[in-house]
Amino acid sequence: MQQSAEKVVEMQNVSIAFGGIRAVDDASLDLHKGEVVALLGHNGAGKSTLIKILSGAYKRSQGKIIIRGEEANIANPRDAKAYGIETIYQTLALADNVDAAANLFLGRELRTLWGTLDDVAMEAQAREVMGRLNPRFQRFKEPVKALSGGQRQSVAIARAILFNAQILIMDEPTAALGPEETAQVGELIKQLKQNGISIFLISHDIEDVFELADRVAVMKNGQMVGSAPVDAVTKDEVLGMIILGKCPPGATPGPGAMTS
Amino acid sequence: MTNEKTAEVAQKSEEGAFNRFIRATEIDTRLLGMIGALLLIWLAFHFFSDGRFLTPRNLWNLSVQTASVAVMATGMVLVIVTRNIDLSVGSILGFVAMIMGVTQISVLPGMLGSDSQFIWVIALLVGIVLGGMIGGLHGFVIAYLGVPAFIVTLGGLLIWRGAAWWVTSGQTVAPMNNTFRLMGGGPYGSIGEFWSWVIGIVACVVIALLAINGRRQRQRFNFPLKPMWAELFMVGTSWVVVMGAVAVANAYPWPVGIVKRHIKANNLNVEPSELVIAHGIAIPVLIAIGVGIVMTFITTRTRFGRYVFAMGGNPEAADLAGINSRWVTTKIFILMGMLCGIAGAISTARLNAATNAQGTLDELMVIAAAVIGGTSLGGGVGTIVGAMLGAVVMQSLQSGMVLVGLDAPLQNVVVGLVLVMAVWLDGLYRRRQG
Repeated sequence: MQQSAEKVVEMQNVSIAFGGIRAVDDASLDLHKGEVVALLGHNGAGKSTLIKILSGAYKRSQGKIIIRGEEANIANPRDAKAYGIETIYQTLALADNVDAAANLFLGRELRTLWGTLDDVAMEAQAREVMGRLNPRFQRFKEPVKALSGGQRQSVAIARAILFNAQILIMDEPTAALGPEETAQVGELIKQLKQNGISIFLISHDIEDVFELADRVAVMKNGQMVGSAPVDAVTKDEVLGMIILGKCPPGATPGPGAMTS
Repeated sequence: MTNEKTAEVAQKSEEGAFNRFIRATEIDTRLLGMIGALLLIWLAFHFFSDGRFLTPRNLWNLSVQTASVAVMATGMVLVIVTRNIDLSVGSILGFVAMIMGVTQISVLPGMLGSDSQFIWVIALLVGIVLGGMIGGLHGFVIAYLGVPAFIVTLGGLLIWRGAAWWVTSGQTVAPMNNTFRLMGGGPYGSIGEFWSWVIGIVACVVIALLAINGRRQRQRFNFPLKPMWAELFMVGTSWVVVMGAVAVANAYPWPVGIVKRHIKANNLNVEPSELVIAHGIAIPVLIAIGVGIVMTFITTRTRFGRYVFAMGGNPEAADLAGINSRWVTTKIFILMGMLCGIAGAISTARLNAATNAQGTLDELMVIAAAVIGGTSLGGGVGTIVGAMLGAVVMQSLQSGMVLVGLDAPLQNVVVGLVLVMAVWLDGLYRRRQG
């Protein structure tokens, strides 16, 4: 692969437990600059949880997170954003009752010299970024509740790329979309990658993954089964990793790999 | 996507004159409905009370009676928008009012002399700060200790009512400081004809400036502008409403007894029947309007206000966006407590006494005002101006029924029915919109 050697994210031996259940158990995962790593696994395998630790929604009980070579202290979503980590959540995490611009800038509002909200400036920037993602989008005055699934998705994506993210986490970004919009998101991912943005992609769609990702990492029962460059494994082998936890020869096994 | 667009175009050509009017003026139809309902209530009471409702005197009294609940309703909007509730506002008002009464009667005169001009302002500040501290305590327990707001404020309802009783062992504190009393209205607690017109004119100028500024802002970023006739219509209507309200307040003259006293005190050489002195706008009403403006500013123009609504719309999204929701919740309750302090000052000044029953059942009036005013108990939706209008609706019902001569037990039945009906209708409206 044409990866540059620079690692932007290293998660080392991360664990988290909810009331005795180890949702993520001793998982390690890394991400290089400009790389797309797909994280796969069944429902409940711990993908979303692992990724939420990186985005600051959950606090890990053990392990280290290293961002651009330095140990990072991520205790809440604000910390993660300070490291240039932006997240598109599976639930989109939009405030339904306010408009698109308010959602894009939620927690990072632009303000006037008097410290009041600069709604006009925020709307102007929102129009600019939404124009790039979804040129037909015009409903800036309406609460996002009134938008279609695809429009809501583009609001969530716009929020993530608005603040010059270095590291992007996309949790099922196409779950709510039709085929045409899914293809659009695919194009966007390629474009972001070209701009040097590193992406964690969580997806169920193995076709998508093989088209977009450089590397796959598979989790099962909270543990890392292993990871492999997409051209070193077949789709069937990856399915084997997901379903059985069986690590093929082309992959680097993790602690969750089936021992035979 | 293209289908959507053609549908939109089709809709546009089909929509009637009324819809076009609403779209151009950007009027909130909910608010319009509320104003319509209020006018209907007023006309009905006017009719059934043989023309005693829509008189300057009754409307002026209505405005003064509404002030205290209206002040608290503005804070209740933020509380309910974030999916909380505050059942303790009436009791906080009672306790804080008691402390303000004791401060200005037993404590400050001994320190500053009973003629000091600072007594009223110190007493008021004590009330606001104490209210804020009590609210902060509630907010802390709700946000950081995770006890539901319903329980915390239900406890607060009992605790602060008991505390109000305990301060003076149940004795009423009266009379209030003379300057402090002005906050309660009455002939002296009103600003008179001249200043009422001045305030009316200033308000009209501000309305015009806001409209011009809004237009400039839109121009700056090339956003679509309202049509000129719509701007002029909105500004013109606001002017008529403002000046009409001032005219009504100025049409209510002082009672003869007060005029006689005034003549005697100033050694004037006129017949009491010849001297007509208008009340003008009452000071508590000005306080309530001021609070309404400040609270509207806070909810629409500050980060704090934006966070309040975002938290109400989707608490999880607010957390993931990095909002410190616990601290925002605490601040909301601090604000609510401070507003209880202001409302307590108004009601104590109006009654010229602090009693341990002050504000009893106010929590229900305040919650009803906010809810009738369009604040959704599901969170995320509500406006300050709506809640204040809701307070006017509640107070209109109460005093209208007295004027009509409805039996006291029936009055509560009617208020209860209206509350349930209003929320039901609002739900219908929302489902149609959604």
